[in-house]
Formats: sequence, structure tokens, C-alpha cells
Amino acid sequence: MKRLVTMVVGLLAICGLLGYTSNRLERSSGSTGDKVLNLYNWGDYIDPSLLTKFQKETGYHVNVETFDSNEAMYTKINQGGTHYDLAVPSEYMVAKMKRAHLLKPLDRSRLTGWQNYDSQFLNQPFDRGNRYSMPYFWGTLGIIYNDKFVKASQVQHWQDLWSPKFRDKIMLIDSARDIMGMSLVTLHKSMNTTDPATLLAAEHKLNQLAPNVKAIVADEIKMYMTQNEAPLAVDWSGEAAEMLANNQHLHYVVPSEGSNLWFDNLVIPKTAQHTNAIYAFLNFMSQPKNAAQNAEYIGYATPNRKAKALLPKSVRDDRQFYPTQATIDHLQVYRDLSPTKVELYNDRYLEFKMHH
Amino acid sequence: MTNRKTWLYFIPYGLWLALFVIAPVGLIIYQSFFDLGHHFTVANYSTYFQSATYLKMTLNSVWYAFLITLFTVLISYPTAYFLHQLKHRQFWLLLVILPTWINILLKAYAFIGIFSQAGLANQFLTFIGIGPQQILFTNASFIFVATYIQIPFMILPIFNALDDLNPAFINASKDLGASAWQTFHRVIFPLTLPGVKAGVQAVFIPSLSLFMLTRLIGGNKVITLGTAIEEHFLTTMNWGMGSTIGVVLIVAMIIVMTLTGDQKPKGGTPR
Amino acid sequence: MKRHLANTYLVLVFLILYAPILFLIVYSFSQGDTMTNYHGFTWRHYQTLFSDARMLAIVANTLLVALLSSLIATLIGTLGALSINRTTKRVTRESLLTLNNVLMVSPDVIIGASFLIFFTMLKIPLGFGSVLMSHIAFEIPIVVLMVLPRLREMSTSMLDAAQDLGATTRQLLSRVIIPFISPGIFAGFFMALTYSLDDFAVTFFVTGNGFSTLSVEIYSRARQGINLEINALSGVMFLFSLLLVGGYYWIQQASQKRKHRKREVVS
Repeated sequence: MKRLVTMVVGLLAICGLLGYTSNRLERSSGSTGDKVLNLYNWGDYIDPSLLTKFQKETGYHVNVETFDSNEAMYTKINQGGTHYDLAVPSEYMVAKMKRAHLLKPLDRSRLTGWQNYDSQFLNQPFDRGNRYSMPYFWGTLGIIYNDKFVKASQVQHWQDLWSPKFRDKIMLIDSARDIMGMSLVTLHKSMNTTDPATLLAAEHKLNQLAPNVKAIVADEIKMYMTQNEAPLAVDWSGEAAEMLANNQHLHYVVPSEGSNLWFDNLVIPKTAQHTNAIYAFLNFMSQPKNAAQNAEYIGYATPNRKAKALLPKSVRDDRQFYPTQATIDHLQVYRDLSPTKVELYNDRYLEFKMHH
Repeated sequence: MTNRKTWLYFIPYGLWLALFVIAPVGLIIYQSFFDLGHHFTVANYSTYFQSATYLKMTLNSVWYAFLITLFTVLISYPTAYFLHQLKHRQFWLLLVILPTWINILLKAYAFIGIFSQAGLANQFLTFIGIGPQQILFTNASFIFVATYIQIPFMILPIFNALDDLNPAFINASKDLGASAWQTFHRVIFPLTLPGVKAGVQAVFIPSLSLFMLTRLIGGNKVITLGTAIEEHFLTTMNWGMGSTIGVVLIVAMIIVMTLTGDQKPKGGTPR
Repeated sequence: MKRHLANTYLVLVFLILYAPILFLIVYSFSQGDTMTNYHGFTWRHYQTLFSDARMLAIVANTLLVALLSSLIATLIGTLGALSINRTTKRVTRESLLTLNNVLMVSPDVIIGASFLIFFTMLKIPLGFGSVLMSHIAFEIPIVVLMVLPRLREMSTSMLDAAQDLGATTRQLLSRVIIPFISPGIFAGFFMALTYSLDDFAVTFFVTGNGFSTLSVEIYSRARQGINLEINALSGVMFLFSLLLVGGYYWIQQASQKRKHRKREVVS
């Protein structure tokens, strides 16, 4: 018994020491205090040196916390036990959060960089008049191929993926809306259709693709493609940019017949507490120089027109990530569908996964 | 001990039961009766029991969980048995548990490194002349890694059962002229069966609901109930359907427990 | 010959059990940035790790949650086992045990999600507190399962004798029961620690406001493809656990010897 008590006391002492250490360490990295901004962002989705620069210019320290899916972020903000000042949802999630009254409107009078943005990326159906959201990055869905195994001419269109040559060669991103959308575009249908028959046809089309599908995975796709695990993948341009940076044999194609156009946006959750810091940060990020630096670091396409002009010519004219106007005109933005309609997509997609 | 005093000791545990077991299970059951539009419905259950997709998924999960459990038992029993004969057996047992302290995701990533096209396993296959094979995203690799994860949780109860075994029985059996195999088959194995049962309980049900590995190692070729639950809770936000599958799993758990649980009171076991 | 075969088998099992861990550690010394090709020896990843204040804070947090939650869970679980053992009705005991096992066998995702709904309803902010409570919650059942068999082995005549000799409840607990079941308590504490360190899904659901544990951090970092700093960390963690296991075993051995000596003195 005595020994037990000694051990408990010892363990409690260790706990106290650990608590003290972690507190000290957190303080030394500056994550507590008054002049802070809590940014809830995707993992590795901002140039860290910009955060240091922001702190130097304004005195606000940015705490970055990361999420891995729009839904996880939504759940945490909806839960109410969190205090994020800014979050970075994708377009359909902006609409969903808006409907759930989770967002505070942007005060346009306090925003100084609005005119820097390209008007074709503003006023989108998910947030008419940009009352709640400021675009952060935009991108597409496309095909990544490895030129060691596949020639460029073999994969210019979605239909090419169905070729029997590619048996067990394709990795798909595990996302119902995107994979169903790809199938819909191949069938020349809208990516926002809610017609059950059309969706069933899209599922059947996907079932025919099943023999070619090597795996349906998530973020790991980047690692697998970089390691030459598969010759082909369907993924978002942002992910593709990272893969391309790590493996020179990889290339990205946006099929000209159409694809998805997505946006990630800065929004203010209703739990926000540091208003001054928020607007300082939004204005800081919309300055062309900073936006360009961020775009170069992340490798995604910036909606900031003046920032794009500052990017090196090789980046600006890279058709993989800044496609031609003709291709952009064929891109479709996901509309926010009602939960029951989204469920139609999910059910068909699940059937396909079971089939595969 | 007076009864009043005993009740005082029960309070923290009772509070835990009420707050973290009964309340969450209640919430899950409650949730399972609501559809996406927050209407009360039994549609989730009828979907589950009528759609071919979910039935196939259930069969898949049960089949894979069965295979994983089977392989785990086959590997763990001899391990526990031989381990138990070692001199510093408690120490070796701790060494069996130790790998579970390294995060499961890290181990999964290590296996990806080992099994990938350019990985260790394929280098070995090339070396012995078979040539590189597709190992990742096959059912075999999924079962292998899942078994790997579960082995320590099976070894532990079997080892404890062996530890509780009275050596007098074994000596008696030997004195009566039984061969080593007969002693094992007639005496040791039946007496350690409770340990095997506990191990099966600890392995089978979690195997029904594996999720991270099905994607990382299995490439979503195997869709288990766990994958479906994860998807319903984290991606499609259909908490009603996710909860329904959860209720089914909890019921399955109770069935497995009653089937493998000790029905007879243990009065007859001499100690 | 047979002994030989058994040893070979054990070596093989241990080799497989430790293969992925050795793989992680070997690459923690690689000069490259991925786990594909080994590029020659370096300490670089360890240097990065020890200058990464956020990472070290997370390690401290993880250990703090693990130790504190295991301690509390062991306390509550032992009391729970004591009361389950006291129940005389079989039905009550069986239903208590079934309830006890619900969390052991429920999928992590469900546990995490239901705890999240639960904390939301009670307006409990997410962070250290919610993570600690959740860990305590899912560790209690394993402690009960580890302590209960010991209690069953305890003969009632021993308790009766102690009571006849006028022992109070407190004395009975501290002098007779606790010493007898302490191996079970230790095992329970160790398993609780294992569960806490191993958990990802539950923590992922209930954490927030900047609080993070190792598994959640690994998960979010792994999105960018695993980083060898994490390998260095698993190397350090592995060494730490090895020392812990060695230390634990040494303490156990020493105490057993002491017990033997005591017994000799008594007889």
C-alpha cells in the first residue's frame, strides 16, 4: 500500500512537471496572450514566413490550427466550444455555414484590398456579392500522370481513363462529389445534376472504370504518386502542384471538356473574438506582394489579379494551374445541394466503392 | 463491510457508467431514428436491412474480421505458449505490448514503406528472383497489417490464462502417462480456452469496425462497417445512418459476448 | 530440438512485431526526406525535433494526458471492480459487465462522435479537459477487466478472518484487498496507458482550441506526406518506452524478492 501511494505521488509529480513544461513551451512559441489571431486552416496552407511578417508589421501573433476536411471543420465550429477567428472552407461549405448561421458578414468598409481580386472569381453562386467570404485560392480537378509510364497524348480527356490499357493503374481521390462529377462530365452531364436516373448512369459508368482503379485513397495519394506507386491519379490541382514539385515525371491535365472549379475562402466564424486582428490579417493577405508570395509557396492558383501579375512568368503561364480561358469557361462550380440530394451522390458513390 | 460504505465506493464508477456509457449509447440510439432532415423515422434501419449494399458490407466485415481473428489466434497462441516457458516471461510479455505504444498511423506508414513498389518487401522479392509484385492495396496486405495490429491484444489474455493454469494438472497428466500432445490437447488447451475467448472478444469486434487501415493499406478495396461509419460521421454528415450502423455493431457486440461469455458459474474450478 | 523450434518461432514473431518500428527508426537517420531510399547517416531530424517547441509541447501534453488519465481511470476502475465484485445477484453483475464492455468494443469513431455530441450538449469547451475526460472514460473498462479476476481469486475466508479480527473497512482495503489485487491494478494502469497513447479517433473528435496530442498532430502532418522528424520522434518515444518497461520490470522484480524475504521471515 505504501509503495502504491509513493508511486501515485511520483506520477502526480511527473504530471505536474509535464504540465509546467508544456505550458512553458507553448508560451515560448507565443501561442497565448492578447494580441493573437486564431486561424483555422487546412494543413500546410499558408507560408509560415508570412505569419512572422504579419506579426512584425501588426504585432498580432497567429495561432494556426489545422483541419483535414470541410466537414470536420464544420463540426468543430458548429459545436461552439472553439474560438476561431478565421476559417478557410471550400465553396459549398461556405454556403452550408451561411445557412446554419455560423458566419459573420464581412465589413467591406474595413477591407482595403478588394479591388485586387479578379472579378471572374467573385460573386459566385455560393456567396452572391461576397457578403461572407473572401477568395483565398482556386483550382480544378484533373488527371495526374507519370511520363515514365504514360504519354501525354494518352490522357487528355476523362474518357481516356476508361481505356483497357490502364488496367489497375489509376488512383482516385476518395470524394463522392468529385468522382461522381468526373463521371457526369464524361457523360456530358452537369456536375450539379440531381436527377436520380442520371446519377445512376454515372454510377454504371464508374463501375466500368472499376477494373482500372488501383485504389481509392485520400491525402496519401500525394505520397503514392511521388513514389511512382501508380501511373495515373485523379486529384485536385492543389494536391497535384505538391506532387509535381516532388517528382519531375508527374504532370497535370485539366480535360478541356470540363471539370470542377473550386474555391477556398477566408470567412469569419460566429465564434470570432479578435475583430481588429481579423481585418488586419484579411488586408495583409490581399496585398499583392503577400498573396503572390503565398501562391508561390503553396503552388495553388491565386484569385488575386495583381498578385498573379507579380508571379514569375513560368508560373503565370503554366497551363496546368492557370488553364486557358476556353477551359475555364467549361469549368463548373459545385452548387450547394440539399442534404437529401447530396445523399443521392453519396449512395451511388458508395455502391461504386462496394463494386470496386 | 457495511452496505452503506460500499455504495460510496460505487459512486465514481456509477457516475462514469451513467455519463460516458449510458448517455452516449442513448444518444447514438436516439440519433439513429433521425434522417437528414431531422425527422423521426425508422428509415435508417429499413435501409440497412433491405439494401444489398449494407448487407454485403456487413458480410464483408464479418468475413474479414473472422479471418483476422483466426490468423491472430493461430499466431498468438503458440507465441503466448512459448513465451510462457521463458525465464523472464513477464519482461518478454511487456516487450510484446510495447509496439502498441507506437502510434498506429506511424506503423501503417512504415508498412506502406515496406510494401510499396520500391519497398523492402519488393526488393527482397526481386533479390530472390520473383520480381516486384503489387503488395499494397491487396486483401492479403490488409489482413496482414490488421493481424499485426491485433496480435498483442490476443497474446495478453492467452498468456494470463496460461499463467493461471495450475502446474499440478500438467504434472498429473504426465504422471498418468499422457504424451506431450495429449497433455496439451486434453489439459492445457481446454483450461486456457477462457483466455482465447477473451482474446477473441478483444479482437473480433474491433476488427469489424477497422477504418484507417482499409484505406491506407487496403486502398478502399474492402469496405467495412467501420469505413461506412467513419464516412457517415466525418464526410457525408449522415449521423443518423452512421448511428444506425453503430447500434447494429453494439448489438453484435452483445451477441458475441453472450456467445463467448462464461455461462456457468465458476464454482467448480479448484484453486 | 523442440526448444530450438520454439525459440525460432518466437524470434520470428518478435521480428515481425518490431519490423515496422525498426523501419521507422532506421529512416530517422536518413539524410533524405522520405521513407523510400536511405541516403546516409545524419542527426539532422533529431536536431529539428528538439528545436521544434510546438512538437515538444505536444509530446508533453500527450504524456500528461496519458499518465493523468490512466491514474484517474485506475482509481475509478478499481473502485468499480470492487463494487462489481460485491454484487451478489448474477443478473446485476452480468449487466454491469456488459455496460462496462460497451466502450471497449464500440468503434472509436462512434465513441468520439458521441462524446462530441455529449460535450456539445453540456457546453463543455473542447481542449485539454475534454480530451482528458474522454481518455479516462475509455480507459476505465480495461482497468476493471484487469482488476476483477484478481478480486475473484481472493478467498472470502481471508476477508472474514480479517473482519473477525476487528478490521475496519479502511483497514480491510489498505491492508488486505489492495495489496492482494495490486498486480491487477498495475496491469490495468499499463493497459490504460497503452490505450491512451494508441488512441487517435476519439481525441481527433474531442480536441480543439489549440490542444493537440501526438496522434492527431501526426495525422495532420501526414497529409503532406510523412516527415522524417516524426520518425525521429518515434525513435525517441521507443527508447523512452523501452526504458519505462525495463524500469517497471526491475521494480517488479525487486519487490517480488522483498516479498519472498518477508515470507521467509514470517515462516
